[in-house]
Amino acid sequence: MAVVSALVRRPLEQVSGLLRRRFHRSAPAALQITVRDAINQGMDEELERDEKVFLLGEEVAQYDGAYKVSRGLWKKYGDKRIIDTPISEMGFAGIAVGAAMAGLRPICEFMTFNFSMQAIDQVINSAAKTYYMSAGVAAQHSQCFAAWYGHCPGLKVVSPWNAEDAKGLIKSAIRDNNPVVMLENELMYGVAFEFPQEAQSKDFLIPIGKAKIERQGTHITVVAHSRPVGHCVEAAAVLAKEGIECEVINMRTIRPMDIETIEASVMKTNHLVTVEGGWPQFGVGAEICARIMEGPAFNFLDAPAVRVTGTDVPMPYAKILEDNCVPQVKDIIFAIKKTLNI
Amino acid sequence: MMQTVRRMELKADQLYKQKIIRGFCHLCDGQEACCVGMEAGINPTDHLITAYRAHGFTFTRGLSVREILAELTGRRGGCAKGKGGSMHMYAKNFYGGNGIVGAQVPLGAGIALACKYNGKDEVCLTLYGDGAANQGQIFEAYNMAALWKLPCIFICENNRYGMGTSVERAAASTDYYKRGDFIPGMRVDGMDVLCVREATKFAAAHCRAGKGPILMELQTYRYHGHSMSDPGVSYRTREEIQEVRSKSDPIMLLKDRMVNSNLASVEELKEIDVEVRKEIEDAAQFATADPEPPLEELGYHIYSNEPPFEVRGANQWIKFKSIS
Repeated sequence: MAVVSALVRRPLEQVSGLLRRRFHRSAPAALQITVRDAINQGMDEELERDEKVFLLGEEVAQYDGAYKVSRGLWKKYGDKRIIDTPISEMGFAGIAVGAAMAGLRPICEFMTFNFSMQAIDQVINSAAKTYYMSAGVAAQHSQCFAAWYGHCPGLKVVSPWNAEDAKGLIKSAIRDNNPVVMLENELMYGVAFEFPQEAQSKDFLIPIGKAKIERQGTHITVVAHSRPVGHCVEAAAVLAKEGIECEVINMRTIRPMDIETIEASVMKTNHLVTVEGGWPQFGVGAEICARIMEGPAFNFLDAPAVRVTGTDVPMPYAKILEDNCVPQVKDIIFAIKKTLNI
Repeated sequence: MMQTVRRMELKADQLYKQKIIRGFCHLCDGQEACCVGMEAGINPTDHLITAYRAHGFTFTRGLSVREILAELTGRRGGCAKGKGGSMHMYAKNFYGGNGIVGAQVPLGAGIALACKYNGKDEVCLTLYGDGAANQGQIFEAYNMAALWKLPCIFICENNRYGMGTSVERAAASTDYYKRGDFIPGMRVDGMDVLCVREATKFAAAHCRAGKGPILMELQTYRYHGHSMSDPGVSYRTREEIQEVRSKSDPIMLLKDRMVNSNLASVEELKEIDVEVRKEIEDAAQFATADPEPPLEELGYHIYSNEPPFEVRGANQWIKFKSIS
């Protein structure tokens, strides 16, 4: 059988090669997709693939989603699979966990993650602490919950930055037999990114627990998750003009953390800056620093690791205040230069 | 069956006092008619979830006394390998065993949602006590179950006391069967096993016919205190307990009925007693002698279906292996 298929394959490759050469002289325009549409696509594919997957939450069905993330899904799959819930977070989070215990694969959406606090008992005590199957999807609002949920054994926590992350991670989350909290940042929903060929496939998955190096560099390691990854990439571009080459790592998963990728990078660059939107105390950056100290990379540090975080205050309302409560590109550049003693 | 549950609970009491069982232990002696009657009214393919006073249900849903007692004594032969203890026992279509008061009710509604989703005419019995009945999330579950016509039988096991607080001191309305408002409810004599069985059958039929959820309040009583650390006499009188024992004991009621209708003789019933005592004694022996789970397994079963990974211990040099 193998021999036959090999014979058949080769001529086809040669033919398609010819076709490629004749009709595609210039590079095809890269496909762009927003984070919102990527999540939508990921959920759509999983709903289609597995009968047991369903979505519940406030306004997810007939309203097309509060942030339009579930647009079109109710029209396509109907009442049984896309369910509008009343405003009862604790109730429907419990219902989602119960349905998962009974063998279904619910996607439980909280309109904003603040609302998930009403249901945190169900997420931690019912879902995480017991060995069940479910996928939890939620949006961040004004607070980063990475540290909260990342603290808990039994949960997996993922934090996408771009469209590719969003699609690949939600698909992996749905297929995972464990409770997964996906920290979507709703400020990212409308942002468009290039959508690489492989990410367009229905089988495209991003493994949970693996970080990605977004930009290679030699002078300093900059680690972030979610929206701040974009800021780090921007900061790196600015610094490159000054001859400083940053290696930017997109964590993608908070728990289980891919510390190995960070360690390998630090052992190469000898400097570390962590960046997150959450508050500084007991946060993601604190955890990274602690683990670096415990591992082989410590001996390679030429300077103490530095954390760039949200300001240690409850999120204020006024725009100018709000802007200064999240790390900005200038804050990241400042921290990088300080670490490098420039 | 009721006799087995009764003897099992009394044995657990004994083992607890000997410090062979530790931690939380909530016994259900007095309430045997509830678990036994309910099981008789449903199929093994139906589902059941309750809170922490769960040993009786663990047995009626299919686990052996051995596995239950060994779990209480924290040994590897226990149904959760000694890692769950009293409040976290599970069996097929039995979802525990839940420690957070009231949280099991939305879970039960979710299991009912799965029943409807799968279309197999299964129902879910979702139990809670008179204390939990005042939890907000229960009303959220009522609303969604009624809205979506979930095949959920909400069952309030009213044993008159939420720990040390009597129902009159906790609830503005003690008509728990009416609290479902738009959900039809019935009040049932929870000390009469036949009554419980018939009511459960009725409720299950209602749900299977697609009529949506239904509510049952079982009026029952527990002889022990709330848990083993509660003597149970600071908030109620010994006379009250004695009165229930002599007039409404569920096992006595059934025995009398059977003997008076010539369904069984006193000797036959005595034989059952003897057999049950033996079964319990054997199980207790096993539960006391079985070794504890090995320390290496401390990190196991954190995730399902995962390749093995390491779990950090008290400091960075202590590591445990975790396998699914």
